Amino acid sequence: MPKRDDINSVLVIGSGPIVIGQACEFDYSGTQACRVLREEGVRVILVNSNPATIMTDPDFADATYIEPITAEILETIIAKERPDAILPTLGGQTALNAAIQLHERGILEKYDVELIGASFDAINKGEDRMIFKQLVLDAGAGVARSFIARTVEEAVGYAEDLGYPLVVRPSFTMGGLGSGFAYTEVELRRIVTDGLHHSPTTEVLLEESILGWKEYELEMMRDTADNTVVVCSIENVDPVGVHTGDSITVAPALTLTDREFQHLRDISIDIIRAVGVDTGGCNIQFAINPADGRVIVIEMNPRVSRSSALASKATGFPIAKIAAKLAIGYRLDEIPNDITGVTPASFEPTLDYVVVKVPRFAFEKFPAADQRLTTTMKSVGEAMAIGRSFASALQKALRSLEKRGSSFHWGDETRTVDELLAAAEIPTDGRIVTVQQALRRGATIEQVFDATKIDPWFLDQIVLINEIAEQVKAADRLDRDVMILAKDHGFSDAQIGELRGFGEADVRTVRHILGVRPVFKTVDTCAGEFPALTPYHYSSYDDETEVVASDRRKVVILGSGPNRIGQGVEFDYSCVHASFALSEAGYETIMINCNPETVSTDYDTSDRLYFEPLTLEDVLEVINAESQSGELVGVVVQLGGQTALSLARGLEAAGIPILGTTPDAIDLAEERGLFSKILDDAGLLAPRNGTAIDFAGAVVVAEEIGYPVLVRPSYVLGGRGMEIVYDSPSLADYFTRMSGQGIIGAGHPLLVDRFLDDAIEIDVDAIYDGHELYIGGVMEHIEEAGIHSGDSSCTLPPVTLGRAEIDRVRDATLGIARGIGVKGLLNVQFAIGAGVLYVLEANPRASRTVPFVAKALGITLAKAAALIMVGTTIAELKAEGKLPLIDGSRVPIESPVAVKEAVLPFNRFRTPEGLVVDSILGPEMRSTGEVMGIDGDFPRAFGKSQLAAYGGIPLSGTVFVSVSDRDKRAIILPMLRLQQLGYEIAATIGTAEVLQRNGIRARVVTKFSEKTGEDDVSIVELIRREEIQIVINTPGGSTARADGYEIRAAAVAGDLPLFTTIAELSAAVASVDSIRDGFEVTSLQEYATARTALL
Amino acid sequence: MPDSTAPDQAEPNQAAPVDGLANEAGASATLQSTFSVSARPGPAVLVLEDGRRFVGRSFGSEGQTLGEIVFATGMTGYQETLTDPSYAGQIVLMTAPHIGNTGMNDEDMESRQIWVAGFIVREPARIASNFRATRTLDDDLEASGVVGISGIDTRAITRHIRSAGAMKSGIFSGDLFGLSDSEQLERVLAGAAMRGRNLSFEVSTVEPFSIPAQGERIGSVAVLDLGVKTSTLSYLAERGFEVLVLPQSVTAEHVLSLKPSALFFSNGPGDPAASDAHVTLLQEVLRAGIPYFGICFGNQLLGRALGFRTYKLPFGHRGINQPVLDKTTGRVEITSQNHGFAVDMPIEGIHESRAGFGRVEVSHYSLNDQVVEGIRCLDINAFSVQYHPEAAAGPHDANHLFDRFRDVVLAAQSAVAGETK
Repeated sequence: MPKRDDINSVLVIGSGPIVIGQACEFDYSGTQACRVLREEGVRVILVNSNPATIMTDPDFADATYIEPITAEILETIIAKERPDAILPTLGGQTALNAAIQLHERGILEKYDVELIGASFDAINKGEDRMIFKQLVLDAGAGVARSFIARTVEEAVGYAEDLGYPLVVRPSFTMGGLGSGFAYTEVELRRIVTDGLHHSPTTEVLLEESILGWKEYELEMMRDTADNTVVVCSIENVDPVGVHTGDSITVAPALTLTDREFQHLRDISIDIIRAVGVDTGGCNIQFAINPADGRVIVIEMNPRVSRSSALASKATGFPIAKIAAKLAIGYRLDEIPNDITGVTPASFEPTLDYVVVKVPRFAFEKFPAADQRLTTTMKSVGEAMAIGRSFASALQKALRSLEKRGSSFHWGDETRTVDELLAAAEIPTDGRIVTVQQALRRGATIEQVFDATKIDPWFLDQIVLINEIAEQVKAADRLDRDVMILAKDHGFSDAQIGELRGFGEADVRTVRHILGVRPVFKTVDTCAGEFPALTPYHYSSYDDETEVVASDRRKVVILGSGPNRIGQGVEFDYSCVHASFALSEAGYETIMINCNPETVSTDYDTSDRLYFEPLTLEDVLEVINAESQSGELVGVVVQLGGQTALSLARGLEAAGIPILGTTPDAIDLAEERGLFSKILDDAGLLAPRNGTAIDFAGAVVVAEEIGYPVLVRPSYVLGGRGMEIVYDSPSLADYFTRMSGQGIIGAGHPLLVDRFLDDAIEIDVDAIYDGHELYIGGVMEHIEEAGIHSGDSSCTLPPVTLGRAEIDRVRDATLGIARGIGVKGLLNVQFAIGAGVLYVLEANPRASRTVPFVAKALGITLAKAAALIMVGTTIAELKAEGKLPLIDGSRVPIESPVAVKEAVLPFNRFRTPEGLVVDSILGPEMRSTGEVMGIDGDFPRAFGKSQLAAYGGIPLSGTVFVSVSDRDKRAIILPMLRLQQLGYEIAATIGTAEVLQRNGIRARVVTKFSEKTGEDDVSIVELIRREEIQIVINTPGGSTARADGYEIRAAAVAGDLPLFTTIAELSAAVASVDSIRDGFEVTSLQEYATARTALL
Repeated sequence: MPDSTAPDQAEPNQAAPVDGLANEAGASATLQSTFSVSARPGPAVLVLEDGRRFVGRSFGSEGQTLGEIVFATGMTGYQETLTDPSYAGQIVLMTAPHIGNTGMNDEDMESRQIWVAGFIVREPARIASNFRATRTLDDDLEASGVVGISGIDTRAITRHIRSAGAMKSGIFSGDLFGLSDSEQLERVLAGAAMRGRNLSFEVSTVEPFSIPAQGERIGSVAVLDLGVKTSTLSYLAERGFEVLVLPQSVTAEHVLSLKPSALFFSNGPGDPAASDAHVTLLQEVLRAGIPYFGICFGNQLLGRALGFRTYKLPFGHRGINQPVLDKTTGRVEITSQNHGFAVDMPIEGIHESRAGFGRVEVSHYSLNDQVVEGIRCLDINAFSVQYHPEAAAGPHDANHLFDRFRDVVLAAQSAVAGETK
C-alpha cells in the first residue's frame, strides 16, 4: 500500500530529557522521523521538553513545542493543532507511556486521533509481561519461569518457589530502572519495594535467573503486508546479568550457527506478528544457554530503541526513517534503500565488518554508588567502532571511550591470576581490561569463561590481541610486517609505542615512513554486492580505499565522542548545526565521531561521515585520506567539547589548519596566569585565588583569601573533585579524601578560589569575529554560585538583573573575547556578589547552553560560529538574515521567558548496601540532561520546567523543611507563601522554631538521628509512609550532614520533589499559582513570528 | 587437540531444567584450531584470470585449486555453504570476515561432503565455540583437501568481481606459492570456465536411494539429484512424500516406471544450457501429466523445458538476504540464493510455452535487480523457484513452498480420482 492519504498531520512525541537509559539516540530517531514526514508532505507537530536536541530545531517541524510531555499538555496541543495521528514509537518509553495515558484517558478518542507506528493493543502486548509471556509460549518459544507480584510479601512467597538468585523486573519502566538480581530475601525486599514504586502499574515480575547465558538482540521491521525483516543481530559480549546498555556488544552476532540464528529469526517473526507491530520496528532480546542451546525470550520493545539506533549505525539501515515511512502507510518494498539507491528496504543488511559498542560510565561522579553492573542500566553514554575484525573493532571502541585505562595495556600488572579472575567475576566498568590482564598473566580461556561466562570465542580474540602484543614487543625491529600485523588488529600508535618503549609520535613517524596507513571502507548494507552512494566510512588496514576524490573545499568537523556527564547531546547539536551551515555555504563537510546515538553520525547529516575514534592518530589519518583531493580548508575543533578541543594542539603541530580561535588563544583561557593577565588588561576581576600543592599550603592560602573557598584540582573536567570548603577541618578532610589519587601535587596544584557566597551566577554565550561581539544570551542561574552550571537551573532572559548589570556583562565579555582572540564561540561564567562583577571562567568553545539559547531566543549561534570560522563576519551574517539584528543581550519586554532545568540521575544509583546515593548539588556536575520550560513569565516558565523535569511540585500536601542556619532567614517568605497556598508544613525542631516565631505553623518532626525508639516516628519514616509530598533540605555543618543525607536519600527513593537550595524553592513557590491555573502552549514557530513582528 | 566437553544435545522442545545457572549445566564446547600467531600458516596467493593477485596466508589444505571465483554474503551458515553441491567447481569468497567461529557439526551438513573448489575468508577462527561443534572448520577443510586463503582484502575482491563479473581463479600455496606469476596465471586460464559446463555427474548420487515419508504418506516424489541438499529431502519427507532420490543420469522411462506422484529437480552446479538431457527428461515427464516442482537449477531447467533461454548473470546472487516478490501474494520473502544463471523471461504478463506446455508466467522476481526468481505454469501442474525455500543457510520465509507443492500434488491426485470415478 502506498502512503495513506488520510494522514496529513502527525504529532511526534519526543523522549524528553536525557536520562540514563534514554539518551540522544531518540534525538537521532526523532530527527529522522520529522525529516521523513515533512519530505512526504505531512505537517509535523513535535513535542519534546528537551531543548538540547536537534529535533526541536524549528526547521525540523511545522510546529515545535518545547513543553512538558504530560497527558494534560499533550491534550492542550492536540486540541490546538488537531493532528490526524500521533507517532509515539520514536520517543522511547517516555513517548510510549504518554501515548498509553492518552489512550486510557480517552483523549485519542475525544479528538479522533489515531496512534500510528504501533497500536495501543500492540504496545500493551509488548509491555505487559504476562500477556507477552503467553504470546511467547504460543510462538513455541521459551520464557524464564516467572510470577507477577503486586506486594512485597507476595514476592517473598514466589521467591521460595523460584529459588535465589532471581531477577526482579518492574513493568513499564525503561533502562531496567528498578530491576535487579536478588540473592537473598533482604535484597529481594529492597528491590521489590523500589520496583513496585517505579512501575506505573505497581507490578514487578519475578523471574528465574538465567545469569551467565549468552544474550542476543534482533532488530526487526514489519509492514502492513506482513513483510518482515531482521535489520541486525546484536550479541552481548557480557552475558545475561548485565543490562544490554551496559554490556559490550557486537554486531553481527558472531557465535551462532545458521540453524540457531534462523531459530531466533523465526521466533522473532512469530512474536512481532502476534504482538501486531505492523507499521514499524521492534527489538527482541534472547538468552541462550551456552551449554545446550535452550532459548529464552527476555523481552521485546514495540518501538525504536537505543539498540535500533546502534543497529542503524552498524548497518547503514536507517530504522527510524523507515519506521516513520511505514507508519504513514508505505510498505518495505516501496521504500528505496538510500545507500544503494537501486535496491528496496525490504531486505536484510549484511555486514562485511564487525561493529563493537562499549559503554561509558560516570561512577567517578557518584563515588558512593555500587559499581557492580546489573540489570539496571548505569552507563551514561557509549562509543561504537567499526573494523574488519572483532579485534580491531574492539580496540578502536575501547580507545574511543577517551578514558584512561579503558584500552588494553601491557604494562605492569601486579595482581595474580587468581586475583584477576576474582575481579573479573564481578561485572564492572573496565572488566574487559581485567580479562585481558588475566589472560595475559596466563589464565586459560576455560578459567576466564568460568569466571565471566564470556564466550570462549571472544576470549580467544583477546588472547590473539595479547599474542600480537607479545610479537610486537619481541620483534627485532618494527618493520612493515610487524606494523601491519599490529595495525590490522587495532593497535593504536600509542599502544605500539608502549610495547616498544617509545612515544606515540615516533611510532607514527616510523609507520608513515614504512608506508603503513589505513584505507577507508564503506558501510553499504550489502557487503559490497551493490555500489554504495553514501560515503559512510571506517578505517581498516586493508588494500583498497573507497574514498572518492572530490575537488571541493572541505571542512572537517570533530564531534564530541561518547556522551558523558558534562558533554552530551548539546555538543552534537553544535556540530550538526555547523555541518548544515557550512554545507549551505558550499563547503564539503566531513564529520568524524564515534557516538552511535547521535544525529552527527547519521550518514545524512554531512557530506561524508567517518565513524572513527576521536584520537589524534585516527583523526590525522582521516584528514590525510581527505587531503588526497580537493582543498582542506581546516578543522573545526571548538564545537565537539573537550574531546575535540584537546586535539587542537596536536593537529596544529601536524600542520593542519584549525578554524576559528587558535590553539594558542585557547591556552590563554585555560592557563590561569595568562588568563589573569587578560582580565587585568580588561579591568576585570576574578575571585581572589591562589594555588597549593599540599594541605599546609592550602590552609595558608585559604586563610589569606578567607573562607569559604572553592577548591579544585587542576587539569580535571566537569568539576571533578571540586568542592566548597567552609573551614580548615573540612579542608583537611578534603585532602584526606583526595590523597593517594595522585591528582594534587607538584605540577598539579590545587586551585583555591574565594567562594562567593550568595552571589548570582551568570552564563553568557557569545560569538566574536575579531571585530564585533554578538551576545547569544545572558543566562541567570537560579541557584546561587557554587553549584555547577550544568546542574543549575537558569533563566533566559535574566529575571533579576538590571540593564546596567547586563551592560557590564556585555562589556566584560567583549574584553575577554578580544583579550583571548576568540574567533567563533565564547562562553563566560560570571558572578555578581555584593554588586561586584567577577569573572569565574571563560571557555572559547561551544557550551552546553548553545542549543538552549537557540530555542529560547531563536539565535542560532553554532551555525553563525561555523561561518565566522571560515571568514564570514557578524555584520554579513546579520545582513544575510542569519543572525537577528539585535543580539541577545537586550530582550524585549514582550518576549517569553525560558527556564532550563537540570535532570539528575540519583535514583539510578545505590550504594553497595542498597542505599540511595546523596543528592546534594555542588560544584561537580552530575546531571545527565535538561528540560526547558517556556512561557510568558518566569513563574509559569519555571513551573513548566519542573513539570517536565520530574512531574512538577504537588499542588497540595505536606511540605517538610529542614535547613541549615545559614538559610533560616531566607526560608521564611517562601514558607509563609506555601502556608497561604494551603500546604501543611512539617519541620525539624530548629527550623520549626524559626517558622513558629515568624507566624508559620509547623508540625515538629524528629530527626532521624534523634529517634528515641520504635514508636518515635522520624522524618525518614514519614517520607516512607508517603505522608510528605515535598522535601526541603539544605546541607549544613557536619552533624546535620548525616541527618540531611537520610532525609535526601528517603526523598530520592520516594521520588519526591527535593529542594536543596532556597533559590530553587522560591522559584517553585512562585510557580504554584500558574501550575494550578493550567498551562497554555505556544510553538517555537509562533514565538518566532511574534519576534519578527516586534522588530 | 580438541578438549571437547560437549554434552549430549538436549531434545529441542524439551523444557530444560528450571535452574538457569549455566555453570552448573556444563561448559560450552570449545575446540582449538591448529594455528596461532606464533605458528602462522605459510603464504598463499589468489590469482584471478585478469592477472590480479592477492597474497595472504594459507588456510585449510596447501596446494593448488582452480575454479570460478564467486562471493557469498551470508553472515551465518558457512558449513551449509561449504557442503552445498551447487558450489562445486567454485572458489567461494565469504564477505563476512569471521568464519569458523562455531566449528563444524554433523547436523548441519547439507550433503555428504564439502564441495567448494576453494575457500576465501578474511579472518578464520582460531577456536570453535558452540555446544554442537564436534570439530573445527580447519579440520574439515584439511580432511577434504580444500585449499583456502585468508588474510586478504576480501571486500576489494568482492567489489572487483561485482564490476568485472565472476571469473576464473586459482589459489596457490605451499610449494606452488613459489611458482612464477605467469605460470600461476597460465594455470588459472587453463582451468574450466563455468559457462557451458555440466557438473551434475560430479555431484549426483550414483545409486538411487529412498527416504520414507514422515507421518501420513501422500505419495512419492522422484527427486532428480543434480546436487540436492539434505534439508530439501527432509522437508519433502516431512510433507508426506516418500522421497525417491535418483541419479542425474536416469532416463524418463525409468522415472515414469516408478509411477511417482510428482517430480522434483534439485539445485545444482553448472550451466543449465549444457544440460540438454535433463531438459528432455523433464519435458517427457511433464507430458505424462506428473506435477513438478524445481529449485534453483531445477527452475532453470523448467524454463528451458518450456522453451525459454537461460543466461549467465554478471556475478550471480549468493546470499541469504535476497528480497523476492511473490507476485501471487504481493509479499516479499527474504530468501537464500545461490545462482549464477537465470531464466530469460519477461517478468510481466503471461507467455506461451514454445515447447507446447501452454501458458506460463513469472511468479517471483528479485527486487534487487528484477531477475526471474520463479515461474509457474498455468495449464500444467508445474512450478519452480530460482531461490532456496529449504534455506540452510538462510531464512525460512519461503518454506511454505513445500506446502504449496504438497497441495498441488494432492489437488492433482483428487482431480485424477475425480476423473476415474
